[in-house]
Amino acid sequence: MESEAQPPSEALLSVRDLRIAFDGVEAVRGLSFDVRPREVLAIVGESGAGKSLTARALLGMLPRDATTSGTISPDLSAARGRRISLVPQDALSALSPVHPVGDQLAAAVRSVARVSRAKARARAVAALERVGIPDAARGARAYPHEYSGGMRQRAVIAMATVNAPEVVVADEPTTALDGERRDQVLRLLAERREAVGAALVLVTHDMDAVRGHADRVLVLYAGRPTELGPADEVLDHPRAPYTAGLLASLPRSATPGRRLPALRGTPPAPGTPAPGCAFAPRCPIAAGPCHTTEPEPRQAAGRLVACHRWEELPHPAADLFLQERRPA
Amino acid sequence: MSEALLDVRDLVVRYGPVTAVDGVSFSLAAGETLALNGPSGCGKSSTALAVLQLRRPAGGEVRFEGRELTSLTERELRPLRPRIQPVFQDPYGSLSPRHRIRDAIAEPLKVQGRWHPTDGPARVAGLLDRVGLDPAYGDRRPHELSGGQCQRAGIARALACEPRLLVLDEPVSSLDPSVRAGVLNLLADLQDDLGLGYLFICHDRAVVRHFADRAIEMRDGRVTSG
Ligand code: SF4
Repeated sequence: MESEAQPPSEALLSVRDLRIAFDGVEAVRGLSFDVRPREVLAIVGESGAGKSLTARALLGMLPRDATTSGTISPDLSAARGRRISLVPQDALSALSPVHPVGDQLAAAVRSVARVSRAKARARAVAALERVGIPDAARGARAYPHEYSGGMRQRAVIAMATVNAPEVVVADEPTTALDGERRDQVLRLLAERREAVGAALVLVTHDMDAVRGHADRVLVLYAGRPTELGPADEVLDHPRAPYTAGLLASLPRSATPGRRLPALRGTPPAPGTPAPGCAFAPRCPIAAGPCHTTEPEPRQAAGRLVACHRWEELPHPAADLFLQERRPA
Repeated sequence: MSEALLDVRDLVVRYGPVTAVDGVSFSLAAGETLALNGPSGCGKSSTALAVLQLRRPAGGEVRFEGRELTSLTERELRPLRPRIQPVFQDPYGSLSPRHRIRDAIAEPLKVQGRWHPTDGPARVAGLLDRVGLDPAYGDRRPHELSGGQCQRAGIARALACEPRLLVLDEPVSSLDPSVRAGVLNLLADLQDDLGLGYLFICHDRAVVRHFADRAIEMRDGRVTSG
């Protein structure tokens, strides 16, 4: 990908030509982006798009059998818990079941700061208070299983922000939650991030989580960047056919009537890329070069777009994705 | 008013001392989609299990095509069960991982004694086609399908029973966004063509607003609006 509009010195983290493979099969196939100070960068994509692997790479938490190339600078993985931290999808997995929540937070505090046990403990309670755990002193003594799902997620957010890291990576933090609680968790994440001055990398498949919560969005498809730009502009006027189709197929933006615009087919399995654009089999405007050459991200309409034919995409594009009704 | 396909009155479902559903009533006509909406733990899935008679209610009535189900014995229920079919959230969980897709779809036909070796395979192929899957997928096992394809196969299996009512418990919640709309479109087509009633459990309000004719809200085991 070309360098972004901002000079590199502005970036907190720079990822360049990241590739992640398993058994010679590339799941992330050349990805470049920056994380800027204090920004919320959403990485959206479907399962298999490579978004979670990318997040894990930032944290140095890839599975052992992964082969990577490209650069992530600076490498913060050695400072995990201090300069970069994770809010995982499954809060239970992030907490030890056999220690009280407050002890775990206090241990996290003491892992980076030389403070007395009592002081670490006090910070732990304060951290729980800040994420809205009622009666935090008592909450600190409770075990994770005594917390409700929503409270656990709050505790994990407290854990991820207690040491004021520069980058918080949230990997599908709301997938397991329903509407109301999802918004609460996103608001809390935004609030805590703001308070500690961290950047947030929000990995999600949920476009609703992007709107109103992210400054910029990076859309991934089949391990490649499709579109990267200001979140509101990308959501309001997508330039890549995949982004446009995905947004058009969300129930809310559908025209009234029972049939939704829909993308045909399914995302490709890793390791099966045909030559050309990975989205071509599903793309309503694919033609010519789409079937032979993988598009590289280029500056277009104030963002990066990886599409040979982005100028041909109408706006709105929903009609392109209306499918013929199948005969009974 | 024509007779309701499903009529639930004062339903109570208990798990030991916990009352998950506490006096819920609603009715659903053929060809209609009624959504049950609410936060997790509100009792919507317990209501679904009670309608399917997979969890016997502690009180109230579940009337399906005019017959009261809660008072029936397991034996009396058996011939009615195929007519109320579930489609669950996890598309892989509802198909046996060891069986080929075509065997999974043939199974209900065989169980009901409606399998004929001469036309059976063609029926299975027809069902696969009906849900938008190439019949060649019949040779595959669930893990060789994508989530969306697998959910379509699950719907084909439900259709093999010739149901009147589908209980759809978060049927698109675990699907990738780009395949979700296609599955919702399929369900809409099937309803139009077959006049199925849908009890549609879903926590996504945007999906509910788009897909359901009516919605009732549940909280703490009770209906709060609708
Ligand atoms: S490059 Fe071609 S196939 Fe790929 S998204 Fe653009 S138009 Fe569609």
